[in-house]
Amino acid sequence: MKTSRHIPVFILFGVVVIVQLATAMTGKAFYLTQLTMTAYYSLIVIGLCLLMGFAGQISLGHAGFFAIGGYTSAVLTTLDLSAYKDTGPVVVLAKLGFLISRQGLYGGQVLSVHPWAACVAAVLLALGTAWAIGIPVLKLRGHYLAMATLGFGTIIYSIVLGTPRFGAADGISSVPPFPVLPGVNISGDSSIRLVNYYFAWILVLAAMVLLANLIHSRVGRALRSIHGAEDAAKAMGVDTARFKLYTFMLSAVLAAVAGVFLTHFKGGIGPSEASIMKSVRYVAIVAVGGMGSIWGTLIMSVVLNFFSLRGYFGTFDDAVFGGILILIMLFAPDGIIGADLRRMVGNLLPKQKSSHGAGTHV
Amino acid sequence: MSYQPGHSLLSFLEFVLIELFFQYIVAGLTYGTIYAIIGIGFNIIYNTTGIINFAQGEFVMLGGMTAVTLHAFLPLPLAIVGAVLCTMVIGGLIEIAFIRWLVKPSVLRMIIITIGVSILIREAARTVWGEGVRSLPYFTGNEVSALSFCGVRVSPQVLWSIGVCSVIVLLLNLFFKYTMLGREMRACASNREAAALCGIPTRSMVTFSFVLSAGIGALAGCVVSPITYTQYSIGTGLAIKGFTVAILGGLGNSMAAVGAGFILGILESFSIWVLPTAYKDTISISILLLMLFVRPGGLFGDKEAMRLKDF
Repeated sequence: MKTSRHIPVFILFGVVVIVQLATAMTGKAFYLTQLTMTAYYSLIVIGLCLLMGFAGQISLGHAGFFAIGGYTSAVLTTLDLSAYKDTGPVVVLAKLGFLISRQGLYGGQVLSVHPWAACVAAVLLALGTAWAIGIPVLKLRGHYLAMATLGFGTIIYSIVLGTPRFGAADGISSVPPFPVLPGVNISGDSSIRLVNYYFAWILVLAAMVLLANLIHSRVGRALRSIHGAEDAAKAMGVDTARFKLYTFMLSAVLAAVAGVFLTHFKGGIGPSEASIMKSVRYVAIVAVGGMGSIWGTLIMSVVLNFFSLRGYFGTFDDAVFGGILILIMLFAPDGIIGADLRRMVGNLLPKQKSSHGAGTHV
Repeated sequence: MSYQPGHSLLSFLEFVLIELFFQYIVAGLTYGTIYAIIGIGFNIIYNTTGIINFAQGEFVMLGGMTAVTLHAFLPLPLAIVGAVLCTMVIGGLIEIAFIRWLVKPSVLRMIIITIGVSILIREAARTVWGEGVRSLPYFTGNEVSALSFCGVRVSPQVLWSIGVCSVIVLLLNLFFKYTMLGREMRACASNREAAALCGIPTRSMVTFSFVLSAGIGALAGCVVSPITYTQYSIGTGLAIKGFTVAILGGLGNSMAAVGAGFILGILESFSIWVLPTAYKDTISISILLLMLFVRPGGLFGDKEAMRLKDF
């Protein structure tokens, strides 16, 4: 059981390697840039899949968590503290190793927060926000839940757009590279494209292993019971409120981590990353992937995000996702590859009794 | 009330503050009427179908945009009538195409479908009209003409928008109380199965609720276009405000939505005193969230009835 669950992970790793080799051989190594970005976007989407497909809670504000991660990281790492070098708090932070001195854009020395410290701060902020928002929001159901999360997303968007410190409509640019490990720098520099590609996908793989294990644990069963019938789950002694909250927080953290790394990779972040359209797009991908199938969602995420990032949809980018949403929800509310995939990987997912199973209840 | 030189500085400040106060009230009422109309649109559809139409704001945008286009070769009143009719047809078609034939769809499915519809309408509008900002001319007078009430200057368009809102509310009331169609819709709202057993074509009632809701939204879009301008992307923001109003008043309660609209509009216009304008939307959405957390049944909702409802 345990090994069969991890077979898809090995397959995925194989595919990642094959794709890299294929792009190298066909001289299309520049695809790796979009594939790396796709990996980070997929991280948000699979987190959202856990929330929507397994816990059965919709979130129309996940771009907000992505923005919290990205913007926190961008603000902290571009902050110049050298003017306050000798003041108390800054000295303490520097002693603790939270600060880093680097060459600024215009040649001078810039004293800013170390990307790792910024990353931890970003994740903690997202975690705290998800906790604070999640407690009241997750008590709601249906339309109320959808509107509340939409409202949360809109608040983050208007804060980001209306605050000069966050660059308003321009966003924040010239975010420095992120030295994650010795020899591994997260940045969009084309000479280190390969390392970035593998780092991003290993991150996704790790998240998939985590989620696959979670889904098959006691927690996963509890989540599915919440999805199926929340009241019944409660009656069986499942602490529904706590499970929903933890899932919400986990998916928020995944979104924030994606935000941090993608911001370093792209060297900046703009307000469009926080927009409602982005949140809706993530929901659309989860819906197409068949709610309740993290592998289906991952596959659809890769396909759709890659096409979108390569610009295949042209100016109809948003319209494509809108159209997909409607078509899927009208004709195949279980997703287009969810069912096939379930058959393919056999006992990866439990059998659904009704054809209407996953994703049709709130 | 006017300022005469020679008075003390204090009374001057007082005068400025009072005038500012009333100016904010007027601005709040203007926006409040718009929010109220959108909130009513939400309620009409919610009552007959039990779904929240996330594309409600798009009707407002469509109304404004179509009217601007039609006004190029039609007089203003005809352009507005044409725009309202067009949007009503679109509203009806949306219901027939995307909602009518679904058998007992779940809430999540309906939410996602209406969101998809709103995206498609918005993108279609962007393709047809571009990203430019448009507006209808003022119905009477122009940008600078103003009527003076006790020192408070009010644009005639503000009176138009408040007047149109009042007429809409009055007519809706009469429609639901005294016409056969209105009564059938109410029957459908209170118990769909029972209404069907009485021979009321419930499906057509749903279509009609979309038509009505679209028409009201379009009319609101035309009336406010001179003041707030119209752009392909205004729908989502307006929809959230309208939903806030619908929740504040209690979902399904159209008359309470009017009061809630005024409250929200005035709160929002006074928020500029405290916060930068860029955060204006944040205020109303925070109110929405607070309301959902504390009293999801609405300000005027019945506590006992709330307990039986599933939020």
